[in-house]
Amino acid sequence: MPAPARTNREALMTASAAQHEAAARRVALRVPWRSSTLVPYVLISPALLCLLTFSVLSIFVAAAVSLTNLDISGLADYTQVHFIGLHNYQAMFGDPAFWEALGNTAFFVTVGVPTLVIGSLAIAIALNFSRSRFFRALKAFYFVPAITAIVAISLIWGNLYNSQFGLLNWLLSLVGIAPVQWLTDPTIAKLSVALVAIWRGSGLDIIIFLAALQAIPPEYYEAAAVDGAGEWQKIFRITVPLMRFAIFFVTVTTLINWMQFFDEPYVLTQGGPVHATTSMSLYIYQQGFRYNEFGFASAASIVLFAIIAAVTVIQLRARQDVDG
Amino acid sequence: MVRRRTSPVVVGALLAAGALLTAFPFFWMLTTSLKPIAESYTYPPTVLPSTITLDSYLRLFRDFDFGRYLVNTIVVVLIGFVGMFFVAMAGYGFAKFRFRGKNVLFLLVLSTLMIPIQVTMIPTYLILNSLQLTNTLVGIALPTLVSAFNIFLFRQFMSTIPDDILEAARLDGAGELRILWSMVLPLSKPILAVGSVLTFITGWNSFIWPLIIANDQQNYTLSVGISLLNKQLTINPPLQMAGASLMVVPIVIVFVIFQRYIVQGFTMSGLR
Repeated sequence: MPAPARTNREALMTASAAQHEAAARRVALRVPWRSSTLVPYVLISPALLCLLTFSVLSIFVAAAVSLTNLDISGLADYTQVHFIGLHNYQAMFGDPAFWEALGNTAFFVTVGVPTLVIGSLAIAIALNFSRSRFFRALKAFYFVPAITAIVAISLIWGNLYNSQFGLLNWLLSLVGIAPVQWLTDPTIAKLSVALVAIWRGSGLDIIIFLAALQAIPPEYYEAAAVDGAGEWQKIFRITVPLMRFAIFFVTVTTLINWMQFFDEPYVLTQGGPVHATTSMSLYIYQQGFRYNEFGFASAASIVLFAIIAAVTVIQLRARQDVDG
Repeated sequence: MVRRRTSPVVVGALLAAGALLTAFPFFWMLTTSLKPIAESYTYPPTVLPSTITLDSYLRLFRDFDFGRYLVNTIVVVLIGFVGMFFVAMAGYGFAKFRFRGKNVLFLLVLSTLMIPIQVTMIPTYLILNSLQLTNTLVGIALPTLVSAFNIFLFRQFMSTIPDDILEAARLDGAGELRILWSMVLPLSKPILAVGSVLTFITGWNSFIWPLIIANDQQNYTLSVGISLLNKQLTINPPLQMAGASLMVVPIVIVFVIFQRYIVQGFTMSGLR
């Protein structure tokens, strides 16, 4: 068994990190320590100010606001804002809609992540099958959905799904299948919304998988061919094991993306029918900006943050176990 | 031997079928946007329009305020490029200087990658509100102005620039901003290309922030304007599809021209 090859991405990062360290050492030799100069601080401060305000500071603000009754009237007059302890959290855990949103998010993750990871990997392996111009041209088709606006995409699919004049039901009628309530049946609506996100999300995952595939040295396949390995054996004995890091990376990022699922249900169903497609993000958005319950919505976002952080930590642990 | 020759053909055929399926919604978008309203309701649906009309596109600009939304979107994209300059500055700072707290600050930058938008959605609104920036285009652009991963990318790239030439410029008396502007940036063209394309796509497609930050129509971007087309009492498919085309076509053109940079950028960033 050959040592696992690094993916492009890993190799790139380590290579440039090494270069960077070498460069830093050279700087250390030649440039005297300029602790007095403000230049680097001036250079990094605009970017850091923007970045940290809307990330690190945001978390503290969310945590603080989640302990208050801040709503639209409190926004206009801060004297109306009171500390109410964990009341928002209690109210949220007692809200069936919160549990439904959590359940829906779990459903989206369970359906979406495996489908996307396995589907994109299969398509990427197929696209990597030949280096001909035809295959290269095909790639573009698979990439485009990834860069187009989700809002526009959701509108297009809403049109295809339409139960009165939509194309999908007409196609089904051609083969004698009764019309499907794509967006109005609670269970089917979940799947319809997920399908749009899968269609859109695949492009990005395919790009990452392709980069990793191209980093696998062709010698491995040549050696396998000499030993009489078939195409399927090559895929399962060489490609997939060597892609472990890429698969892990794509799984983590895809999982995080799906836990943040928002645009598709917002445009296609507004979270309906009867909360069936309300994801956690949509729940937070509605609490915050439809009902203007900023304290309550902040509590929900802190809970979601804790869940995402926990899932990420578990995955990182799992990866360490795999690598030994 | 036969197997070897046939399998790329089979794989190619399957991939081509998949590619057509993937492209079909876009094809449907364009053809529907050119149909007269009445035809879009007909059953069975027509794939190609029997009469071609640009009426829906005209209506977007005449009956709705899409001209303004378009300008707003372009302004948001342009503000994004200011952000990219900040990113380049920070990348240069982290790549080419030694200073107290550098490692801690850089780790802090990377750790922000883990923070999901849901956590920041409400507090960002509150922060912008207290800065009186809600309902402004600057406010819409601010939350995504600086991307941590772009800082990482720029730092990685810029650390490969040799110190000698920077030192030479310093000895010649060039100031740091001048060095950045006339030496470091020209040497960083590849990463600037990747960054520019990603900045354009992020700004152009941005949806959740304009949705939250823009309260009145004056500051809507294309994405918010289009999402409103779905909330009209009667659905007007050609109008919706014309709006979608307005958003999708420029991105596809950018993609076709800059495909290499986009793929490179996505491969490196892995996100967004």
